[in-house]
Formats: sequence, C-alpha cells, structure tokens
Amino acid sequence: MADPIEQFEIHPLPGMTFGEVNVPVLGNQVIAFTNSHVAMTIAFLMVVLFLTAVTSGAKVVPGRLQSAGETLFGMIDGVTDSIIGHEGRKYFPFVFTLFTLILGMNLLGMFLTFTATSQLAVTITFAMLTILLVVGVGILKHGLGFFLLFWPSSAPLLLRPVVGAIEFLSFLLRPVTLALRLFGNMLGGHVALKIFAGFVVSLGAMAFAGEGLGLWALPIAALSMTMVVALTALEFLVAFLQAFVFAVLATIYLNDVVNLGHGH
Amino acid sequence: MEAEAAKYIGAGLATLGMIGSAIGVGNIFANFLNGALRNPSAAGSQVGNLFVGAALAEALGILAFVLGILILNA
Repeated sequence: MADPIEQFEIHPLPGMTFGEVNVPVLGNQVIAFTNSHVAMTIAFLMVVLFLTAVTSGAKVVPGRLQSAGETLFGMIDGVTDSIIGHEGRKYFPFVFTLFTLILGMNLLGMFLTFTATSQLAVTITFAMLTILLVVGVGILKHGLGFFLLFWPSSAPLLLRPVVGAIEFLSFLLRPVTLALRLFGNMLGGHVALKIFAGFVVSLGAMAFAGEGLGLWALPIAALSMTMVVALTALEFLVAFLQAFVFAVLATIYLNDVVNLGHGH
Repeated sequence: MEAEAAKYIGAGLATLGMIGSAIGVGNIFANFLNGALRNPSAAGSQVGNLFVGAALAEALGILAFVLGILILNA
C-alpha cells in the first residue's frame, strides 16, 4: 500500500532550485520553488481572480457570480460586525483575507495532490500573524492597559490571580491551537482519504490475484470505495468549515483587545 | 519488548484522547439539535456559535492526534 504520508512531502520542482543560503539559526537552507509554493500561488491567484471577476462590472441586481462573491463577503462582514461591533469594519479586510486564502488552499487540496494548509509551517504563520495583530492592536489601543485582559475584574478578589494565570496560559495556547486545529484537520482528513483509497486498490489487487481473502475482498473494496466518496464529501465540508472557524476565532481574539473592558 | 513496538503502542494510546473530543463534539451537536427543534426560529442565528464550539472541542482531540503523529515520527 502506498504511504499515506507521502502526499505531504515538499520537494522542489525540477529545474527550480536556486542554490543555498546560510541562515543564522537554521543553518544551510536550499532556495527552491516547491510544490508547496505552487499550491499557495494558485490559491492566491484563484482568490484574486475570483474577487476581480466578481467586482468587475458590479450591478445593483447581482448576477450569479456576483451574488456568490457577495454571499462570501457578507458572511465574513456579518461575523466581524456581530462579534466586534461598529469597529468591526476596520478589521474586516484582515479576516476576509485570512478566510479566502485558507478556503482557497483547503479547496485546492481537494483537487491537487498537495494541500498547503496541511503544512504546519503555513498554519503557524497564519496563527502568528493573527496573534501578533491581536497583541499589536491591544498595545497600540490600550498601552499597558492591554494586560487588563488577564485581570478578570468580575472574579472575586481572592481568586483573581489564579483566574488571571489561567487566562494568561489560555492566551499563550491560542496561537498553538489555532495552528494545530487547521493543520490537524487537513492532515487527518487527507490521511484517512488516502488510507481508504489504498484499501480499494490493494484489496482489489488481492481479489484478482486470488490471494488472501480471494473474491471476498471485493465487497470490502466496494465498501472502502463508498467510504472514499463519503469522506470526500465530508472533506469539502471540513475545508469550508475550518476556514470559517479560523476566521471566527481570529475575530473573537481581536474582539478581546478591541473592546477591552467593555464587559464580556 | 522492542523500542519500535513500544513507539507504535504509545502513538496508538496517545490518539485515544480523541475519544474525549468525539464525545464533546457529539454533545454539542446533540444539544444544538435539541434546542433547534424546540425553537427553530432561533436556531439559524446560533449556527456560528455551534461551529465555534465544535471547533474548540475538536482542537483538544486534534492535539491528541498530533501528539500521536509526533510520537510515531520521534
């Protein structure tokens, strides 16, 4: 059976290696254009082209394409507006960019052989961007008052240091879970898909070679095939859902610092 | 027991943590359906909360899964 992890390997495209550089901490690194770059570039171009096509020649009564774009736009606008409130518009571009890019890469993973969001490096970058923006906005808006985020004024005075310590720990865990959730979902889903797809091939080969279970392997192979179809449908749902969840959680974390101290 | 075998057993045990998140996610959707059938008109506005709750519960299972993968490749 083919190795289900093989699909996540990054390798440079043939003839696209541009030599080595010495990075201070990481040592010698090869500069190359890899399959990961290809997936991310296609996703980026897809998002840009789609949104350009949607907004060019916009009409008051939207056509099919325009209303698809408007639904996408309106969904994220609704999220930032309902969670952050009247200041949500300011942070909408960031959340919408995150959402469309992650959605593009997730969906591309269903069509290409490579999923960019199943790379920890990619998801960690998104999570770091989000959390650095949260800390940056918090410090710019409130100065040192940002640290009131960890001082729960509604808790009894005696418990406040304890709750504050827990709050601080959970704040530190936010980028970790943000990155791991997307990474784990994409990795797990695609490994499961590949394993069931591998069952179909190996059990079918077993049946036709007359080894092992013999012809009894055929119904099991058919069952695996059904699983692959069902899992593919589920993966499309997960691809959308994880992008949406990432956007919503980024908005919630932003809301914590934008509306700091307004009860919550 | 060989170290290699122990590694595989450990990775399998680590992913048992996903049971908890399975129960959690199941609970969230079950309770959402419970509430949604009682008051369908309010259900639509809570779908966002539903998915965020499911994602938060799921994250802990994913942590266990990633731990299993880490042990397997350590």
